[in-house]
Amino acid sequence: MDNVFYTLHDFFFHTESITYLLIVPVLVGITLFWKFLAEKEDE
Amino acid sequence: MYENDSTDEKSWITPFNVVAGLIVVIGLVITILRFTGGLATVTNLSDYNPWGIWIGFDLLVGVALAAGGYVTSAAVYIFGMKRYHSAVRPAILTGFLGYALVVLALHYDVGRPWRLPYPFIVQQGTTSVLFEVAACVALYLAVLFIEFSPAAMEWLGIKRARNLVDKLTLLLTILGVVLSTMHQSSLGALFLIAPSKLHPLWYSPFLPIYFFITSIIAGLSMVILESTLSYRYLKHKMDEVYLKEKNDVTLGFGKAASFVLAGYFIIKFFGLSSGNDWRYLGTGYGIWYLVELFGFVALPCVLYAVGVREKNLVLIKWTSVLAVLGIVVNRFNVCLIAFNWHLPSSERYVPHWLEIGISIFIVTLGILAFRFIVTRMPILYTHTDYKDSH
Repeated sequence: MDNVFYTLHDFFFHTESITYLLIVPVLVGITLFWKFLAEKEDE
Repeated sequence: MYENDSTDEKSWITPFNVVAGLIVVIGLVITILRFTGGLATVTNLSDYNPWGIWIGFDLLVGVALAAGGYVTSAAVYIFGMKRYHSAVRPAILTGFLGYALVVLALHYDVGRPWRLPYPFIVQQGTTSVLFEVAACVALYLAVLFIEFSPAAMEWLGIKRARNLVDKLTLLLTILGVVLSTMHQSSLGALFLIAPSKLHPLWYSPFLPIYFFITSIIAGLSMVILESTLSYRYLKHKMDEVYLKEKNDVTLGFGKAASFVLAGYFIIKFFGLSSGNDWRYLGTGYGIWYLVELFGFVALPCVLYAVGVREKNLVLIKWTSVLAVLGIVVNRFNVCLIAFNWHLPSSERYVPHWLEIGISIFIVTLGILAFRFIVTRMPILYTHTDYKDSH
């Protein structure tokens, strides 16, 4: 986390990489959360 | 059966009236001090800290909590969720009073309040975000007044004008959503100008989006809370339709609030990630940030979800209190606690007790106005002449 960034490209490469990795569990998580929220209503 | 007559034979001397009366008297005394002695007499504001709790609480929290008006009318008139129709009038009234009190609070906060109309008639300053906020708040207050006016006109028996305004409902709703989207987000955009003053955990290019999304959460939660308090204290003013739809409103709005809170929780993490601010989480401010994120965002999100799943109305109602508190904490963090975080403690802002007094006075005025209107006008019931108009 304490990386030193010498260029704006380095900074964006680092932060965007982490963001893209976060997107995967987020998409799975929000789908499961919606199912949890709406499941009983559908029944 | 509800009672829609305005004559009340009960004694005026009740604990509520006595406390409210005392607050109003003290508030009026502080008002005289403020407008005769100036800001320095009643506030701890300074050049370092020009925005105190009159902006942090009365304006930022006030505007967010008044979002129930546009959220409810959009749900009913734009998205066609007619089953929530009975929630529209109380939500519009709360929004109208909220915005009216925001403008009243601004008169206390600005140095020369008589210059408040200047942005419209003297210096437009169209490049300023604050100009956009001022224009939207002024226009939206007018929209809310027109949206609220049918209830007053039904009470006063002005039928033709009432029917004319009723025809404008969809147009007013669209205007309300557009204006709210603009100024709710712009209130967050105001802080984009101060990246060196706001702590990095709270500063983000996404601030306008955060403010807009949290306004939806605040609006949904306030409708639930307001409906709960109305049922507790003004049940006798509610008709069968309101009482029948009340639980549906609580469940539906709780579900929506839960999902929006989940989305907000996620984009807060994206904000952390895009700013590479992870390292601050281990500091004192970081712990407070996590308290806000998990205690006032993730927790109400889960509690709302469990409440909706189990149809536990009590849990949803208590969660609305937590969510509203979360909005207060968030706005305080952005405007006061994480603002000027680099200054030594001697230079930090702590509100003067008279500032807190004015905020309590303004909230009390809102509660009194709400009670005055709801006990007289058809807000929680449909007027007998207009039973078939919805």
